[in-house]
Amino acid sequence: MCLGIPGQIVEISDHETNLALADVSGVRRKVNVTCVAGEGLDALVGKWVLIHVGFAMAIIDEAEAKKTMDTLNALGEAQEEFEAMFESDRAMEGRT
Amino acid sequence: MKYAEEFRDPKAAKGLLAQIAQVIDELGATKEKPVHIMEICGGHTHAIFRYGLDKLTPEGLEFIHGPGCPVCVLPMSRVDECVELAERPEVIFTTFGDAMRVPGTKKSLLQAKAEGADIRMVYSPLDALELARRNPDREVVFFGLGFETTTPSTALSIQQAASEEMANFSVFCNHITVPPPIKALLDDPHMILDGFVGPGHVSMVIGVEPYRFIARDYGKPIVVAGFEPIDLLQSVLMVLEQMRDGRAEVENQYSRVVQDDGNPVSIAACDDVYEPRPTFEWRGLGEIDSSGLRIREKYVAFDAETKFSIGYGKGAPRFVPEPEGCACGDVMTGRLKPIQCPQFGKGCTPEMPLGALMVSSEGACAAYYQYGGVDLEPAE
Repeated sequence: MCLGIPGQIVEISDHETNLALADVSGVRRKVNVTCVAGEGLDALVGKWVLIHVGFAMAIIDEAEAKKTMDTLNALGEAQEEFEAMFESDRAMEGRT
Repeated sequence: MKYAEEFRDPKAAKGLLAQIAQVIDELGATKEKPVHIMEICGGHTHAIFRYGLDKLTPEGLEFIHGPGCPVCVLPMSRVDECVELAERPEVIFTTFGDAMRVPGTKKSLLQAKAEGADIRMVYSPLDALELARRNPDREVVFFGLGFETTTPSTALSIQQAASEEMANFSVFCNHITVPPPIKALLDDPHMILDGFVGPGHVSMVIGVEPYRFIARDYGKPIVVAGFEPIDLLQSVLMVLEQMRDGRAEVENQYSRVVQDDGNPVSIAACDDVYEPRPTFEWRGLGEIDSSGLRIREKYVAFDAETKFSIGYGKGAPRFVPEPEGCACGDVMTGRLKPIQCPQFGKGCTPEMPLGALMVSSEGACAAYYQYGGVDLEPAE
């Protein structure tokens, strides 16, 4: 919850609600990009962002993304984030 | 040199550790009379234990683990209210998974779920919004929990619900903010704090200005830090150098992510949606002025406190004492080390937590339990 997780913006999926698709270590996830959309939504495609509970909170560079991911892996937090995402997908379907 | 394998740049780590030892010497700090540095953020606490930084740094330096773990400071009466909401038949209660195992006075959300309450662990408030869209005949309540890293996401979700005029979505807002408890700890005459390692991602949202009072009014250094072990060592060194040089400033070690003025869009969304509560209860710390956020009148339709007539100051008594033998309050304020609590590892484990500090991996007790026994060989 505190550390967030880095992801790369793949496409803008909804211009009206500021939603984008991000690639988080191979997992595609819907993220809200309102907080990082200063230069326009389309400029975000390909950028790396730090994602907190589904919201991109800062634009970072690729090297920082990699360093952050390594730290999250070492702390076991990356696994926790992915588990939370998958658990949430199940919760949406009422399968828990 | 086990630690050498753990660090991305062992040479830099060794250099920083040597510099830290040098400044600790210059300050005349010793095991008996150490310098006390508080890392505010639970993520930093986790990293310090994971990398054994408390053992690699000199004995004249002591880390005090701060209140920056939102699950750890969640009072039992708030958990009780979550359970009460979740047990209403019309409600789908959505929460981050971290909150599930926090003990209430009668049960945790995990126990309530096992007994049949419709509780869903969501990754994001976006998923709670989607659940509300898919279940128009149910009331979806999102448990707003966390510091400034999660407050903007809840605020933006409330704004989104308002723009869609959703009638079945509300937020049980228990968001809290970092600066007020720091002020409360500095005002506590029993606390000995010489400087702070400031939270990285909270500062990414709020910037560095909100910490100015720490340097200006209390004369203590604070350095906003990243999460890598090298970041932490660098930040500790910066705090110690300020002390040695007789400076008290707000410095930003994590400028590659943290802008001095934070994230203006997040700040604006939070200002639009929330207002500070006059006071709010923190587990282990008691009532702290202006430390909690509530939803403003203009978004009252999305405020679960009003919708279900529950929440802070309503119904149940405000203060519930900790379970017998639980020393979370003393650990939280640095009076006791986790292992000095009589229940540590006995009546209180991560599997069966008695106190909140054992629940989250960001809690000092859970981190100590997981990594405390790891012996790192000293440098060279």
